[in-house]
Parts: sequence; C-alpha cells; structure tokens
Amino acid sequence: MIQDLVVYALYIAYAIAVLMTFGLVLTWVERKQAAVMSDRIGANRAYLRIPFTQVKLVWWGLFHGMADGIKMLLKEDFRPKPYDWYAYMVAPWVVFTPVLLVFAVIPFGGTLVPGQLSPALAGWFGERSYPMQIARLDAGLLMVFAFGGVSVIGAMLAGWSSSNKFSLLGALRAGSQMISYELVLALTLLGLILIYGTVDLTDIVRQQSGTIGALPAWGIVYQPFAATLFLAAAIAENKRIPFDLPEAESELISGYFTEYSAMKMGLFMFAEFIEIAIIAALFTTLFLGGYNLPYMHDGGFTLPGGREIAMSHGAVVVTQVVVFLAKVFLLCSFQILIRWSLPRFRYDQVLKFAWKFMFPLALANLIVTVIVVWALRA
Amino acid sequence: MSGRPPPARAPYVRRRYWNEPEMGWWERAYLFEILRGLVITGGVFLRNMGKWVTGRKGALTTYYPEETRPDYARHNRGKHVLTQRPDGRPQCVACNMCATVCPAKVIEIEAAFDPDDPAHHKYPSRFEIDYSRCVFCGLCVEACPEDAIRMEKEVPDLPSHDRLRMWLGREELLTWKPASDVAKPYGPKHG
Repeated sequence: MIQDLVVYALYIAYAIAVLMTFGLVLTWVERKQAAVMSDRIGANRAYLRIPFTQVKLVWWGLFHGMADGIKMLLKEDFRPKPYDWYAYMVAPWVVFTPVLLVFAVIPFGGTLVPGQLSPALAGWFGERSYPMQIARLDAGLLMVFAFGGVSVIGAMLAGWSSSNKFSLLGALRAGSQMISYELVLALTLLGLILIYGTVDLTDIVRQQSGTIGALPAWGIVYQPFAATLFLAAAIAENKRIPFDLPEAESELISGYFTEYSAMKMGLFMFAEFIEIAIIAALFTTLFLGGYNLPYMHDGGFTLPGGREIAMSHGAVVVTQVVVFLAKVFLLCSFQILIRWSLPRFRYDQVLKFAWKFMFPLALANLIVTVIVVWALRA
Repeated sequence: MSGRPPPARAPYVRRRYWNEPEMGWWERAYLFEILRGLVITGGVFLRNMGKWVTGRKGALTTYYPEETRPDYARHNRGKHVLTQRPDGRPQCVACNMCATVCPAKVIEIEAAFDPDDPAHHKYPSRFEIDYSRCVFCGLCVEACPEDAIRMEKEVPDLPSHDRLRMWLGREELLTWKPASDVAKPYGPKHG
C-alpha cells in the first residue's frame, strides 16, 4: 500500500514538474522560435549574475521566462469593481486547473516495475507493476473531453464578471468558438475510437506499438485526415492564432481577461502555454504512438523483419519517458510554427470554418471509417 | 432648407479590378496552401537554426551596443568631443552659443577666468552634456565659433540603465584624437 503511495506521489510530482517546466520553457521557445523564423535574435538580455562575481549567465535568454514570472508576481494586483467578485476571483483557476488535470490520464511511459530496476527496490516492491500514468481510467479519453469542456466555463466567468464590454465580447466569442470546436474535436476522435475499440488511453498506446506492414501502427497512419483535423480543432480550442478571436488584441484589447492583472492574468497565459503541451501530449498519445519509438514495446524492439532487440527494464523506462517528452516538445514547436505562420481569421470565418468545413469533413471521415471497419470485421 | 431630403446615393458596389486574385479549388481546400506556408516559414527557421548551430549568425539583427554595423554612416553624429589646443586645454571659450542653440537644452557650461592666457581668458571649468536627452542634431557643432565642439562617428558606451550615468563631463569629452576623429575639410586651429 505504502509502495503505491510512493510511486503515485512520484508520478504526480513528475507530471506537475513537467507541465510547469513546459509552461515556462514554452514562453521562451515561442519567442525564440518566432525570432529565428523571422531572421531576428529574440529575447537575449536577461541574465543571472553569479553572486560576488561578474560572471553573467545569459544562456540564450533562457532566464526571460523567470523574469516574466517574477514580473507577474510583483506587479500591482489591480482589481476593478467586478460585477461578481467571487466569479472574478475564481475564473483564472477554473481555466487553469482542468488543463493540469487532463494530464492525469495521459500515459507518459509504459509499465514501471520498480522491482526490476535495482535489487534494493526488489525487496520492497516485489513483483508490483505500475503503468506510468497518474490515473488509469477506462474512460480516459472521455475524461479528457470532460475537463476540456470545463475551461470554457472559466473563460465565460471571466468575461461575464469583469464588467467590461471587451471582456464580455471576448467571453461570448470564446464560448461559441470553444463549443463549436469541441464538437469537431470529439468527432475526429470517434473514428480512432472505432478502430481501437476503446477509450482507455493506455490501451490505445499499447495497440499503437504494433505494426501494419512495415509501418508502425500509429493513429496517424490509420487516420491521417483525422489527425490534421484534430490538431486544427485543438489549436482552436486553445484559442491561439489563427483562432485567437476571443482575445484578438487589435479588436478586444485582450478579450475575456482584459480586466485581469498580475498573476491572475499570468494564470491565463500559463494555462494557455500548458495547454500547448497538453495538446501535444494528447496528439502524441492518440496519433503518434505515445511513449514508444516505432516498433518498440515494453520488452524492447521488434523490427519489421522479425528481429528482436531485448532491452533491460531500466533502459526501456528511460527511453519511453524521454521519447514521450521529445515527441511532445516537437509537437509544441510545430504548434508554435503554425501560430507564427498563419494570419488570424475573421470571427464569422472561424465559425464558418468549424461548422461548414471541419464539421462535415470530420463526419465524412467518421462515415468512411465506419464503413471500412464494418467491411473488415464482416 | 429644412425639408430637403439628403441626396439619394447609389448603393455601394465594390470595385472589381482586372487583376483580382481568384482562388481555385487548390486554394479553397485551404490545407495545401497552409502546408506551403508552413514549409516556407519552417524552411526559414531551419536555415537560420542551422546557421546558429554551426556558430554563424542567423539573424539580420545587430546586437546594438556590443556590435555596430560596418555600413554605419561616415558622417554619423555621435558622441561630442571638445577639441584641444596644442597644450591640451580645451579650445572652448565658454561663450554658451552651443548651449543657447541646443534644442534639447542638454549642454551646461560654467565659465571661469584664466589670467595666464590673455587671448582666451574665459574657459569652461565645467562642460556637461546630458545624453539621456541629447537628440544628436549637431546644431552645437554648427553654432560653435571656435570649432571647439565636434561629433564623433560612434556613441561608445552611452546606453545605460541609469540616466544619471548619462551625463558626460569635461574630462570625458576631452578625448580628441586628431588623427582619427571627425573628418572636416579644415584641420584644428593652432595656437
């Protein structure tokens, strides 16, 4: 019992550390990547000076994230006279918390058997094994959608309660946009659920470690079209350019969080950056084979020719964790690439895009999948 | 005049141009053009990143105070220098013409009496310029009757986090290097 507690405490600590680090680092990556994409240098002035020396650590401006955080904490916590004080105070947390909770069901590694890691642990843990995931739920994917839907409420609360027309407009935009795209998001995944026959994320990943022919049996191979739609809808869900209408600076100042300052505003921003990582983690889990390299499973590699490469348990665990983080990071970077390449939609275009373009496509994708799955099973 | 209706206006019709772009099915499908755009921006990113990784500079930016562009204008107006007489004293006679003409009012001069030099018995005991406000217009150089103030090409070490540090005094301005400073069609005055 106490062993389980230790392992899961470790998992939770790991998950929080990873998400916070991603949130912090992505602010830097976003600036730096945007700069490199446009022939600039980017943030490079913040430094840490080693005390009592003149050695200044610049590290390519990596400390700008820290400087931002400190700035957010030290700024004046300006409070307007909100229409509803309680809703105003609680809104940032309603946006922020579900974003973190989604990660609870995402498997960030295969199965951990502490007993096989070292003989010292073997005595204490015995043969116990733990899937590397905070909460192994049968309804994992449904949990993701449930929590994803909650953050709309936060945005709406923030907009309604801050007695500001811009906030209200932003909140209305956020509400209709997020609900529209959530529908598309769920529809794109239905095809995948049909193929895997489960909504348990661990199981989905495990099924992706097989092969179809020479290709790894990743979701993106089965459903390339759904993968594209999913990514687009997920970015819209996260309200980032090209879908950042709820906060469109040139129209709405900063949308539903116009009236927030200091760390409350920082929470909104932080939630957005963490959600980039969450989207990347979800996409990795559903479409890119999760924590596994191609042809890899919990015992090592099985190459297409039938050759087996066995790996020790410790090596497998480390590889899986690192591979998962690497995939997530690459996908985050890809999202940033999209964000700095595409112009913003007009608001009517956003909704039209959801209902008249992506929704029918997602439906068509689902119907084709249904027919193919039915034909193969019959 | 009150009952006159406003003149009827023709409904607005957007003008069509002969070369208006038209979207074919390829553009309407949206995805392909987005991919093309991503390939372009991603290509720029990879190219610049490749340069950074191999130790070259992948940006057009100049790190300003540390780096200056090689194509800096030859006659760029930068930091001021006070020219000197052969014995090293400033050529300035503290007439305050530059301080008067200065549009930003950044020059402060305190005159003093020098009985040893009957030709120029007034000299500046204090000559200070506030570079946090200087607009580098060069009017002081134009106004000077003695050719006592000139401008260098560079602005060395002027940027600072503290505006009190941006006051330069007489000694910092008396850094004249006749060999390299300030190309003017005439040389410094002698005697």
